Amino acid sequence: MSSKVATMHDAVAELVRDGDTVAIEGFTHLISFAAGHEIIRQGRRDLTLARLTPDVIYDQMIAAGVARKLIFSWLGNPGVGGLNAIRRRIEDADPAPLEVEEYSHFGMVGRYTAGAANLPFYPLRSYFETDLPRANPLIREVESPYGDGVVYAVPPLRPDVTIIHAQRADAAGDTQAWGLLGCQKEAAFAAERVIVVVEELVDEAVVRADPNRTIIPGLIVDAVVVEPWGAHPSYVQGAYDRDNRFYLDWDPTSRDEAAVQAWLRDWVLDLDGRVAYVEKLGAERIASLRPSGSAPSGSVDYGEYR
Amino acid sequence: MNAAGGAFSKSEMMIVAAARELAGQHVCFVGVGLPNIAVNLAKRTVAPELELVYEAGVFGARPARLPLSIGDPTIVTGATAVTSMYELFSFYLQGGLIDVGFLGAAQIDRFGNINTTVIGDYDHPKTRLPGSGGACEIAINARQVFVIMRQSKRSFVETIDFRTSPGNLGGAENAARIRREQGWLGRGPSVVVTDLGIYHFDDDGEMRLDSLHPGATLEAVRETIGWEPRVAPDLATTPEPTAVELGLIRVELDPEGAYTK
Repeated sequence: MSSKVATMHDAVAELVRDGDTVAIEGFTHLISFAAGHEIIRQGRRDLTLARLTPDVIYDQMIAAGVARKLIFSWLGNPGVGGLNAIRRRIEDADPAPLEVEEYSHFGMVGRYTAGAANLPFYPLRSYFETDLPRANPLIREVESPYGDGVVYAVPPLRPDVTIIHAQRADAAGDTQAWGLLGCQKEAAFAAERVIVVVEELVDEAVVRADPNRTIIPGLIVDAVVVEPWGAHPSYVQGAYDRDNRFYLDWDPTSRDEAAVQAWLRDWVLDLDGRVAYVEKLGAERIASLRPSGSAPSGSVDYGEYR
Repeated sequence: MNAAGGAFSKSEMMIVAAARELAGQHVCFVGVGLPNIAVNLAKRTVAPELELVYEAGVFGARPARLPLSIGDPTIVTGATAVTSMYELFSFYLQGGLIDVGFLGAAQIDRFGNINTTVIGDYDHPKTRLPGSGGACEIAINARQVFVIMRQSKRSFVETIDFRTSPGNLGGAENAARIRREQGWLGRGPSVVVTDLGIYHFDDDGEMRLDSLHPGATLEAVRETIGWEPRVAPDLATTPEPTAVELGLIRVELDPEGAYTK
């Protein structure tokens, strides 16, 4: 088995290309800010960014000028307010227009599912009597071939690259996660190329001891990047909490274009990677994000069958 | 204000009134923002058996603190089940297991149709709002929909700028026919709780003010609504928040006042 372990720099340099459709998935949990920042540092351009919830990471990436288009279903700073850099692009074309393609959450989940399963569309009971199909003509009515009415269809989404964060993987890319799983599995299987970023690199035996916890196999993974705290300011179940102060502080910062550019310079462009970022956050901030206690799962017995 | 009761804010009254509406309900899909605190209060008061469902992929959440976002780690620890979002939306919601979908809104009309997408024109919006998230499919597939939002002329409007989530469309008769013909599981909106009162829906599908919160007046209601509101002949006064309810909000659920300022 050959190792797919790579640095973030090398993984992004090799696997993320100008003009790509990129999905950094993870629903409030396990968002790879580290990968987003590396894409900014390497100056990618004309990306189409897909995510259910663009979150602060896409606000930062779009402010940095990496994207021309956004595909999404809920555009906000969760629990805080709006995503102001993206809003400036949409409301005022400032500093440039941003193309948007909008769905509902179920629509986005269905798109990844169809992409992963090689289906021409995904049918769902949503969008009836709303303005969404008019806003996005790719949301279309489809008649059941069995004569029981009309549902809506969304097209498959097949990202060029999907990037997910997880608790652990082995060197082959067999990846295990727990806590909210969002649609990381669907987004990864739908993609042409997959980068997995993990808190911890583990031995293959650790994966094989608990196969129910594996969300994707190394079979579909192109690179494994080991980047502890790589999801900050989002969180990793059991490892660290969401840094809510960061999300709150982003609101005033992001209202001011100059402040956003200064933030990007200080926290992304002037740093050479995640290790420097974590160092800059400081030990005290980091320590404050640890879970308040431990809540281990019981273990199960898979049995031995020879 | 003090934790023992007495004075209370309009936001606290709204949250308490919304929580009480959940008495007797079983499975509730929790939306982001105000619904989150209202449902968590209900679980601790009038509806201890309530199953909290979060779109992030959790059934039977037992959050030990108020979730900071709709995907907080506290909704996972101690939950009955973590599911993929695919399972959550397909099997739980579209499969018909959700009794109440609890939503917020930026704009609502008299028939309970909801806009959370844009203010102004879609292609050149004056204000770009978050969009649907899961609200569109919740409004269609949850058995009934509860809404919690503050009243203003900007939010309670004659015509919403964009229909993100369908309510009673142009009236109940038409809406019921469309829901039946298209196989929607949901009956549509049943409750709207605001900072001034509680609305239910008349047989023709229009919102009707059934209860005024203490201190609120019909005049204040009319000043903050974009149509002539229908008022129940036996208009009630919402009972004040109890010391227990206020204590839970102030001490346990929202000690920093994020929702109640």
